Order: sequence, then C-alpha cells, then structure tokens
Amino acid sequence: MAETVNITVNGTQHSKEVEGRTLLVHFLRDTLGLTGTHVGCDTSSCGACTVHINGKAVKSCSMLAAQADGKSITTIEGMANGDELHPLQESFREKHGLQCGFCTPGMIMTAADLLNHNPNPSETDIREALEGNICRCTGYHNIVEAIKDAAEKMAVPA
Amino acid sequence: MSNKYIGQSVKRVEDKRFITGEGRYTDDIVLPRMVHAYILRSPYAHARIKSIDTSEALAMKGVVAIYTGKDFENINGVPCGWQVNFKDGTTMREPKHPLLVLDKVKHAGDGVAMVVAETKEIAADAAEAINVKYEVLKAVTNPKEALAPGAPLVHDEYPDNIAFDWQIGNDKAEVDAAMDSAHHITKLDFTNNRVVPNAMEPRSYIGDYDTAYDRYTLYTSTQNPHLIRLLMCAFVLGIPEHKVRVVGPDVGGGFGSKIYHYTEEALVTWAAKQLRRPIKWTSDRSEAFLTDAHGRDHVSTAEMGFDKDGHIVGLRIKTYANLGAYLSTFASAVPTYLHGTLLQGVYTTPKIHLDMTCVFTHTTAVDAYRGAGRPEATYLLERLMDVSAHEMGIDPAELRFKNFIPPFDGVNQAGYQTQVALQYDSGNYHAVLERGLEMLGYADFKEKQAEARKNGKLLGVGFSTYIEACGIAPSAVVGSLGARAGLFESAQVRVQPTGKVNVYTGSHSHGQGHETSFAQVVADKLGIPLADVEIIHGDSDAVAFGMGTYGSRSLAVGGSAIVKSIEKVLEKGAKIAAHKLECSTDDLDFADGKWTVKGTDKSIGFGDVALTAYVPHVYPANLEPGLDFSSFYDPANFTYPFGCHIAVVEVDAETGKVTIKRFVAVDDVGNVINPMIVEGQIHGGLAQGIGQALLEGVIYDENGQLTTGTFMDYAMPRADDLPMFETDRKTTPCPHNPLGVKGAGEAGAIGSTPAVVNAVMNATWHLGVRDLEMPLTPQRVWRAMNHK
Repeated sequence: MAETVNITVNGTQHSKEVEGRTLLVHFLRDTLGLTGTHVGCDTSSCGACTVHINGKAVKSCSMLAAQADGKSITTIEGMANGDELHPLQESFREKHGLQCGFCTPGMIMTAADLLNHNPNPSETDIREALEGNICRCTGYHNIVEAIKDAAEKMAVPA
Repeated sequence: MSNKYIGQSVKRVEDKRFITGEGRYTDDIVLPRMVHAYILRSPYAHARIKSIDTSEALAMKGVVAIYTGKDFENINGVPCGWQVNFKDGTTMREPKHPLLVLDKVKHAGDGVAMVVAETKEIAADAAEAINVKYEVLKAVTNPKEALAPGAPLVHDEYPDNIAFDWQIGNDKAEVDAAMDSAHHITKLDFTNNRVVPNAMEPRSYIGDYDTAYDRYTLYTSTQNPHLIRLLMCAFVLGIPEHKVRVVGPDVGGGFGSKIYHYTEEALVTWAAKQLRRPIKWTSDRSEAFLTDAHGRDHVSTAEMGFDKDGHIVGLRIKTYANLGAYLSTFASAVPTYLHGTLLQGVYTTPKIHLDMTCVFTHTTAVDAYRGAGRPEATYLLERLMDVSAHEMGIDPAELRFKNFIPPFDGVNQAGYQTQVALQYDSGNYHAVLERGLEMLGYADFKEKQAEARKNGKLLGVGFSTYIEACGIAPSAVVGSLGARAGLFESAQVRVQPTGKVNVYTGSHSHGQGHETSFAQVVADKLGIPLADVEIIHGDSDAVAFGMGTYGSRSLAVGGSAIVKSIEKVLEKGAKIAAHKLECSTDDLDFADGKWTVKGTDKSIGFGDVALTAYVPHVYPANLEPGLDFSSFYDPANFTYPFGCHIAVVEVDAETGKVTIKRFVAVDDVGNVINPMIVEGQIHGGLAQGIGQALLEGVIYDENGQLTTGTFMDYAMPRADDLPMFETDRKTTPCPHNPLGVKGAGEAGAIGSTPAVVNAVMNATWHLGVRDLEMPLTPQRVWRAMNHK
C-alpha cells in the first residue's frame, strides 16, 4: 500500500514511496534521516516532533506523511542559514534555554511560529504558546527568557 | 593562578549540536543490516502464563525471531546493586528479575516476549499475533495493603511481601522517652506520591555483535555506561567484560531513571549475537510509563516532639516504602541509606528513630528519582516544621532559626555529627533562610496576606530549609553499608603534542553540561584556552572506568578526579620545563599557561612543554616521554548542599486551584564553576519538585492497571504551570574536595515540594484545612476547604 509523496523539506524536494500508515515524523527521521525532529510520546502531547508545514507549527506525529504531499516543511535542520544561526537558536544558547536538548528542536519550532504571528509576546503569551511542548530539564524559566531575547533580536535588524 | 573561566557563566560548548538538530541520541543511530525489537508486555498486573503460541507471528513476513521466557530460564535476571539487611541481620529478599517472564507476570508491563523484525512496525504487528493465555490473579499495589494477611503475593516464595525491614537512629527506647517528655507533639500521616521520572528521550538501546573480533557493542540511553557493562557482563549474561563496549551517546535526560540496568539492554545485546545483526529497541512513552523505574511512594506516620520553648526534642517515624515488583539497581538503598540518614535535616534534633518496612507490590519497580530518598526525608521534616509552627503559634521561620545547627565550615569548626550516621561537611543554615526572607520581603508579605484575605484571596507562604547528601562516598563506607560497587570516579587528562587536551571522564552528561563546566576547570588549571579542551564521556572503550552521573556527584567526584590528573600533568610538566630552562623545579612558578623562573622573565609555555614531552630530544634523564595521566578519586565524605525554598501561592476559594505567585530559592551548593549551569539545574529541580506537589502522581486501579500511563493522563508541569523563579546563592565551600564544590543537580527537587504544600496549608489553615495529600489538585484542595 505504498504511495508516492512529493514533499519539500528545508527547500529540497523529495519524491518518496511511503506506507499509508507512516507518520510524518517517521518519514522525516527514517526516510530522510533528519533526526533532529524527536519522538517523545505517543499521544501528541509533548511537542518534541514539532515542525513547520507551510510556515505553521505542527506536531509531525499527528499526521501521516501522505497528508504532507505537496507541502513545504521546515525542520530544525532548516532553521539556520548556513553557519548563521536563527536568532532563536542563538538565544536558546545564550540564555541556557536547553539542557539535554531533546525537547529543544520542538521548542524552537513552536517559538518560531509564535514570533511569526506575535513578534512582541508577553511572558504569559510565551508560556501559553509553549503549552503543547514539554521540557523536563529547564523548568521553562530560561526557555521563556530565550524566546523574549530572540523577539528583541528579531525586532531590531542587525 | 588566575581564573579566567571558573566562576563564569560560560555558554555551553555542547549546545551547537542540540540547537541545530545534530544531537545524536541512541534512536538516531542507524547501523547497517539493523533489525528492530518490540517487547510484548503483560496487560495484567498479576497473572500466570498458561501458554504462549508464537507460531502465527513467526510466520509473518519480515519477522526474524521471537524470544520468550523459556529462552532465559538459565540466564540470570538483572541484579540489585545494593544489599540491605533485615533488622535481624538476614539478607534482603532478592527475587529474580528475568529478562522475559517464564511463568508469572508481576506488574502490568512485565516483558513476556521479544519480537525481532525488519521494521519496528512489523515487530509490533507480529507481537499482536502472539497468543498468550493468562490465568489472571488478584493484585495489590499499596504497600500497607500488601502487608495485610491474605494479601496477594508478588513472589510466591516470600509469604508476607516484605523485601526487608530496617531501622536507623538512636535506640528506640531513648527516642520514645524523649517523645514522652515533649511539651508538644505534632503527628502527621503522609503519603509521598509515586511519580514517573519522564526524561523526554524514551529509553533506547542498540545491541551489536562483531563476529570478526568477537566483540559486543551496546548503545544505550544511560547515565552510567561502565556500570551497565559491569552489571550486564558479570551478573546477567556472563560475557567477558573486555569484549563489550558500552556507549552512552547523547542522552535526553535521566533524573535517575537511566541509572539502572534494564532488561532490554541485556536482551538486545544477547540477541545481537544470536542473530548476527544489530538490534534496536526504543521505548514508546506508554511503555516508559510502565517500565522506567518510578520514584518516591512512601506511606509514613511521623511525629516531632518539642519542649515548651519550641526546641525539637525528638523525631519518630514509621514508613512503608513501596519498591514495586522487583528490586531495581539502587532500589534498596533509596529508602534506607539515602533517606533515613537525612532525617537530621538542618536541625539539632537530639533523638531520632526511623522504622522502615520495604514492600513488594504488583507495580513497576521504584528506584532513585532526582533526590532519591532525600526529598522524602525533607518532605517529612519540613511539613512537620510548618505544621508544628502553626500548632504552637510560632512563626515557621522563627521555629527554624531556633532549631538550626549553628554555622560550621568544616575547617575551623568540626563537621556536624548527626544522630543518623552521617557527618555533615560544612553548613550555614541561618544564612540561606535570612537571605530567603529578605528576598521574599517577609514583613511586607504578612501585611499583604492579611489584606488579600480581607478581599477574599487565599494567599499563603510555605518554607522549606533542606539539606541533602551528594557524591555518595567513600567506597569503603558505602561498601560496609551494602553497596556492591565503589563510588569513586576516574579521569584521564591526555595532553596532545600541540598542547591541546582531551579529557576522558567516567562521569556522564545527559543535560548537565560537563563538556563546558569540566572544560572550564581544565582550561583554568592549565592556563589554556577553553577551545583547546575537549571533554569525552560515555564510551567505555575511550574512558578507563566510570561510575557515571547521579546523586549530584559529577563535579564533586568526577571533577576532583580531573583535578588529580591535572596535578600530575603539571608536576611532570615542571620537570620538563626545569630541564629546558636549566633550573630546578623549585625555582619555577606556573601561572597563565607557562612556567617562569622565579624573579626572571625566563619562561616556557604549556604548549612547548607538551611538544617536548612527545619530541623528547632535549629531555630530563630518567623521565618517560608523553604527557598523559589517569587518576581515580575516592571522596573522603559525601558533600552536603543545603538551601531555603519559599513558595507563595494563591488558592482559588471557589475552585481550589493553586497558583504559584512567587518562588524564592536560595541554595548553597559550595563553590560554583558555571553559575548559569547551576541556576539551570536549580530551575529544573524546582519544576520537578513543584510538579510532584501540584500535578504529578501515579494511580493504579484495583486491578493494578496504571491509569496514569500517558502524558494525557499524567500531568507533567508545563510552561504555564510555573512562575519565573527568584534564585540566589550562598557559598559555603566543601572542605574535603579540591574544588570546594558540593553538587546542584537534585537540590531544587528536594527543597521545593514541601515549600509548596506548606504554602497551600498556610493559605487554607484558617479554613480548618489540616491535611492535604499530594498532588494538590483543585479537587483535593476544594474538598479539604469544604470538608467534603
């Protein structure tokens, strides 16, 4: 029951055969080898697998690869521009917004979506936006700080 | 020697790979010809296996092999690493924890069969086609119920479900007499709720066997690769340790749950040789809930006695600890040597007695979870302190000041000998509470609270002044207490010819940032740039030996081992430098990366000395070439960090919902290498401690089914459950290790839980609330307020 999907990931177009039941996250990890997108649960509760589909944050465990046919996807591997890190990536490092790093890709993708539609979020806005992403290491304090910091960086063009 | 890096918030070296998606966790690793394992687990908490039929599953396309309990009848189970004896001296009961169950399953999730297939999906499909016939038996999940006559037996050979009983402290009669003399006694019943560690990376293992070299490799999401190798080789599979490489690559959090040697590690290693193919097993989250060792789960009655001036005269505790169905690696040590020994707290309590009964139930094994025994001790003490203060009409801060052990630095003043075996190294408990009260603005707070109450707002403040014990040691002492391993650490400092340095540590980072903080120590001690140092950990082929990372031991024990090796490097380096500079080593000073002849400008840099060590043309006679030293460091004592945590909560009078308005934490973890990392560790601990108080809790139903088995049913702390934390530090150096560090990993989780519960009690005391069981869900708080 394999079918062919055409999916653009981080600017590269892929035409691949997938099983009907293959989740998008497994397609990204197993078929394309993009292991920066993580699987932290089996109930779409933790957000470790968050990617952008046509610019919007989506938990890639909550849809089939087949449903992403024709779509454009950005994963954590596509966030930096060559050696130039995305401001969120920089801020997570500068503000110590990560420890074990497992939830980090999902956190960054969710935060990027937040900043895309709310460039100047309050602490409450940030905490509510992260509601679908679990971090067990940081207590969220420094993640909130990192996102605030990135918002400031992105507001003032270098 | 000037410090350029030590004490600075150096940004983490390891972050680059994590923020770009290049972290390499076990499940990210793909080996050629790799197959996938799926474990079929018992749906019942207690049942006899009547038969297992694998024929249909085996016939499915893509299935490579299926193993059941029969394959492991003559192979040992996973061992317990700490022997505790009954009060009467007999050895604790150690049931076999088989790799797969042969006859009787003992908790929901017990492994029954392992399917190996070309893909994980095929393996899962095939597992569904295995036909297991069970005879379902009654289960028991509560430790006190498990002791009742006629309770279902977890292990048929142990007719009372007791793993062992144990006691610590003063003579029971002395404690009883002290309690009889008390002017006031506060007596409380406690349940320390069972929680699930839930590291975000589920456990994952790859077993590989290389026929050409007769060599195994196990990739494992572990906190201690060498310990896993030792346990698996020597106790389970009986394979030669020198033919096994264990790699703990990037590991996505541990919190204790990845210390233990799990059955699946041995299964994939064993089967890799059978099949001559690499085998990967990765846990689902639901499986993790069923099979990762859980934490806490104590049921206690505790009494604290006071004289008429509010001084503690005695502490008497009876506790039942639920160990689950099997003894996990450190399960027996947690409620005993990591718990009973902390019941002195930070107080001068003259008489203490703990009576402990450790019980088997039809539940997942319980073992160390962030803090491990110390949070349970702190919870008892700090809840008793706040309730006693309320009952006696004394301010809870005042009651603590009255009972604190006076400050001692462990150098000019001796360490403090407790009534429960330990000797504290150094402490200043007054200082952290004073600073906490200052940050809180306690005087103003009381006015605010009165004002809020007038407006119908239930504002409360709760205190916790904790102590903990880190870097469990020394080996001889822990050995005499039953540890089946030493608790030292190893480190190798290998200076390359160009002066660049590789450091091999037996400690393991799974979020703690060793690659940065350890490098800060090395760079400063050698006077070289941070970028010239690489920290290597987590590979038993690279690192000589290691006891791993848990119990906040990494820097205090692992860091001290590194310092020892650096001292050896510098001692040899001085000989080379003296030869080159044509002087005596006594004439040399080492600072800022160079040896200088005292009183002159003649010097030689570290890099030149390193090159000379490897190109020894002009070289001291009788000195070996090379600059590469290993050390093993066995600490003289535990380290004893302490602190003051204060929670301010608001309780919704209508719904019982608790909101944390402020959280103040003043911790003293000794000297600090990287304040940013330490603060991050405190934050994370606080979140876990607050999570236990307000949100998290395991519930088994009457059949032993885990009803809180997913992130939809088990409430993990999320970003909008927590406040911004207000943190500060005091510094009382550890007097017995070279860095003066104590450890910061667990502190947050130890102090915060009682502070939160105390705050809710404080907010609702005037409504008659006297008892609250964690987690403090809105329903529980509302019921308590409304006496329903």
